[in-house]
Amino acid sequence: MTTAAPQATGPGAAKSPSGPPPSPPDAPGVPLRRSLVRALPVSPALVLLLLFLAGPIVYCVWIAFTDLQLTGQAESSFVGLENFRTAFQDEEFLNAVWLTLVFTVISSLIGQNTLGLALASLMRRASKPVRTLTGGIVITAWVLPEVVAGFLLYAFFRREGTLNAILDWLHLPSQNWLFTLPILAVSFANVWRGTAFSMLVYSAALNEIPQEVTEAAEVDGAGGWRRMWHITLPMIRRSIGTNLMLNTLQTLSVFGLIWVMTRGGPGDKSQTLPLFMYEQAFQNSMIGYGTAVALLLLLVGSLFSLIYLRLLRTEV
Amino acid sequence: MALTLSSRRRSRRLAADAGLLAFAAAFALPLAWVVLSSLDSHAGLGVKAPDGLTLGNFDAILTSDITFTPLLNSLILCGGATGLTVVCAALAAYPLSRFRSRLNRPFLLTILFATSLPITAIMVPVYALFVQVDLIDTMQGTIFFFAASQLPFAIWLMKNFMDGVPKELEEAAWTDGASSLQSLVRIVLPLMGPGVSVVTVFSFVMMWGNFFVPFMLLLTPDQMPASVSINEFFGNRGMVAYGQLAAFSVVYSTPVILLYVLIARRLGGGFALGGAVKG
Repeated sequence: MTTAAPQATGPGAAKSPSGPPPSPPDAPGVPLRRSLVRALPVSPALVLLLLFLAGPIVYCVWIAFTDLQLTGQAESSFVGLENFRTAFQDEEFLNAVWLTLVFTVISSLIGQNTLGLALASLMRRASKPVRTLTGGIVITAWVLPEVVAGFLLYAFFRREGTLNAILDWLHLPSQNWLFTLPILAVSFANVWRGTAFSMLVYSAALNEIPQEVTEAAEVDGAGGWRRMWHITLPMIRRSIGTNLMLNTLQTLSVFGLIWVMTRGGPGDKSQTLPLFMYEQAFQNSMIGYGTAVALLLLLVGSLFSLIYLRLLRTEV
Repeated sequence: MALTLSSRRRSRRLAADAGLLAFAAAFALPLAWVVLSSLDSHAGLGVKAPDGLTLGNFDAILTSDITFTPLLNSLILCGGATGLTVVCAALAAYPLSRFRSRLNRPFLLTILFATSLPITAIMVPVYALFVQVDLIDTMQGTIFFFAASQLPFAIWLMKNFMDGVPKELEEAAWTDGASSLQSLVRIVLPLMGPGVSVVTVFSFVMMWGNFFVPFMLLLTPDQMPASVSINEFFGNRGMVAYGQLAAFSVVYSTPVILLYVLIARRLGGGFALGGAVKG
């Protein structure tokens, strides 16, 4: 995480807002002055980024090492690694880590990614009206505001909801999903909401595979699965990598969807790290502890983000 | 051979159609619920044909308390933040796209890194920070944070669109004595109109749906945007009126769906992470 701040301040030093007035780009002048003038337009964005993004991140690093509480803001003291030590001995925290892992693996790695690829490859063979219809519905689920998506799936999974109605109709046992399997329900909700992104990414990737390659394999008698495994997947592996990274990052930061559907409950059976962080900071008034959890989340996120950059770089 | 291939292809198309329709149906069920319930005078939690078609749910929620004030708040928040984002991103993208500098690459990589950070994680420290500097529960504070969180992606997207505008057109203007600001506003931005609208609409849509940021940074009920005020249906009103909740969801979601349709073709396949993949 710390990498963001120094890199951002680097160019920042050269772009103070109090530079000379703008002049034509090719105005004569010493090179330094010229590059200052040229960089001037970056300054509003830079100020915003430093104050409201890099600032909070640095502040995050600071208060994660304090015992800052909601009550009695004024007094907080440096406690070193205490918050982190507490976290790793806290069963609720470990539970949240585990649930975050389950949530991420089911909804992003397996669900969104695989389903997105399946939809994209089916779309290549399907007729146009079916393709347009399916694409439209899946993308609508994606564009809907987070909270609305949460309510729709809350209604879907509730005891009186649509899923149980269908199960009854099929004479299958129904149950109160949000109570018995909340983490599964919110994972499915995240699949419902997030698959469109993978679908778009994979549609674009599949479109770049030359038709001749798959046709040749088809003439040679390679079946659908073999073509997928030996030709398509290797050819789109970069897209798979970047898509997995972005899905994971997206899923790590899901809050509203789970909040609306279960509030992290019942008990803490669907309490992923963002909800745990919120609960510690605001319901238990321990901002320092909550921030330590946030910092861990941010570190994991930065790690994935760096891997994502590496993946992009091999191709740029 | 050709015949078997084409007939095989036809049957494969049918199979693909059937598969896609099954997925489409599964995805459509929750959407069907919200549309049907909004028109149902006795809406429950399951998908069913309305008991009696009615606009009563919409009638009930179209009051200033329930709908108009939150939507206006959403508009102020997201409109303000989008405006700020687009102006700052356009200005920042210009030197990044036009001039060579050793700082460009590190800056762009930092920006790209920042686009994928989980912003959710920093909301607790942002809250603490906003309390310290007295920005908590203010529209402007929330607007600034919204804009900053959207900026990395907006700059990246804007820069990629700007790279597509040929430089020769500006060079003529420069020899006529135009400043770079003038050539940005008069020449480059008009030429990349579609790109600017994609950045604008995309930023707006992202913020319109965002729940956590206003949920954390705003406290006064009067200032709440629709993404947070929708919670009221569950909280204080006792029995949940699902029909009204559905109607509100429809009213609140429609603008972003329409906006998305408006730019969908430009985002299209090439959207692929806003050109991030293209580098």
